[in-house]
Amino acid sequence: MKVSVDIELRDIPGQLVSALTPISELGGNIISVLHHRDRKTQRGTIPVQIVFDVEESKLAMLLRRLRERGITVVRVGTERLKEAALVLLIGHIVRSDVKELIDAVDKTGFAEVVELFLCMPAIEEKSAAALTIRAVGKDELEQALEILEGITRDKGILIVRPIEDELLA
Amino acid sequence: MREVRLSIVGFGVVGRGVTEVIRRKRAEIKEKFGLDLRVVAIVDLWGAVLASSDGKGGNEIDVDKVLDALQRGKADGLSPRESLETHGIKVEDMQSLEVIKEVEHDVMVEATPTNVESDGEPGTSHILEALKAGRHVVTSNKGPLALHFKKLMRAAERADRKIGFEATVGGAMPIISLREALAGNEILSIKGILNGTCNYILTRMSEENLPFEHALREAQEIGIAEADPKSDVLGVDTAVKLVILANALLGLDASYKDVSVTGITEITPEALNLAKNNGYVIKLIGEVDRDGKLEVAPKLVPKTHPLNVSGTLNAALLKTDLAGEIVVVGRGAGGVEAASAIIGDVIRIFRSS
Repeated sequence: MKVSVDIELRDIPGQLVSALTPISELGGNIISVLHHRDRKTQRGTIPVQIVFDVEESKLAMLLRRLRERGITVVRVGTERLKEAALVLLIGHIVRSDVKELIDAVDKTGFAEVVELFLCMPAIEEKSAAALTIRAVGKDELEQALEILEGITRDKGILIVRPIEDELLA
Repeated sequence: MREVRLSIVGFGVVGRGVTEVIRRKRAEIKEKFGLDLRVVAIVDLWGAVLASSDGKGGNEIDVDKVLDALQRGKADGLSPRESLETHGIKVEDMQSLEVIKEVEHDVMVEATPTNVESDGEPGTSHILEALKAGRHVVTSNKGPLALHFKKLMRAAERADRKIGFEATVGGAMPIISLREALAGNEILSIKGILNGTCNYILTRMSEENLPFEHALREAQEIGIAEADPKSDVLGVDTAVKLVILANALLGLDASYKDVSVTGITEITPEALNLAKNNGYVIKLIGEVDRDGKLEVAPKLVPKTHPLNVSGTLNAALLKTDLAGEIVVVGRGAGGVEAASAIIGDVIRIFRSS
């Protein structure tokens, strides 16, 4: 089962290794680790998001071990890719490498592009694409959309997002 | 019966709309609210028409005669001033500020065109001068409110006068007055379609599979878009209205430069089609919340969502702490529509004072 866990680590050496050790001890496979140094909390801790694959029966034990190590577990997301959103892209999408966009989302480990409709009216004209993105949680979905926005801005592609609170169920 | 003397500063579509509505509704307003609305001054760049200059010592302008003269003169290809003079109406060489200061009246209706580039002038000076002279102000002019909200509110407070500005956002659609209707609530966020021109263009593009330029030209031909449509289609007009809502309804201290603005010029029929196939429409949405988010951008709106209104309609969705979600929909543009909002403001001011 794919699990996304948000934890907070103290800002001293060795903390990340200490947090990852129980996962490998229990046979988990780490997919991605996002270390949010830029989002240091008021308590001085650093939010870290870990996505990993682990047997469902071992999850409770894993969370206990993390807590025993003094690691704060803020959130556990277990349902895989339960949030989804549709976004439209308008611009020279194919020419500016649509694969790069998809890869950027897919390699997060917590979000994927699951559907892509592309419409190319004429060679020199702007294309339009509809992308469905799925993610393990609302926050991850938002992050994936922000990643997409960053890349499309650089490429001069317009991104049209759903109005807030209107993400697909 | 209370007599309410009005000056109308700026006699374009909105100023004439107000005059028209006063003509039509005067008896009804007298009866229902005990207010007798009299126009005592009309001023525009071509000069001023004053009640006192009719030679009969009259205390109000014959608005029928003025509207009639302008209409006939226009048909004969005359300028507004020529039209009035040809039909025996005296036009004084007075400037707007002079009229506001010198002519005795109770409320100044500011209906000059919006100018965001030039510091909201001449509207801002008109409003400040009127307050200083002890007159209430009702305006449809967005520029002064979007650029100098705090300053104008403070000036009104000092003068112990009121500023009504319902007509600046959403035309006939009531939204500023929801402050009173929702008193006790905290308004948490507002999302809305605040520009009828963009909404018309997007609606036509989607319905007829038209490119942006075609839909824009069509809108211009039927008078929905202006000859210079930049302010509308680039999202500037929506952003200005959003700033007014942010300040008036959410109590923020926002200004135009705080808004992230994307217009509709890049939207293609193919994109609208993809949206449609997935159960969405594309709308230009202005959005503000308590955290200070101020954004104007094309957004995907589910077809079944209350903000999916078509044509030139405006719509807004307000989130509040007690009442939950409130949606208002209405006509966003037009002389009579703006006049509806202006007359409402005038009545509210004098009913409560």
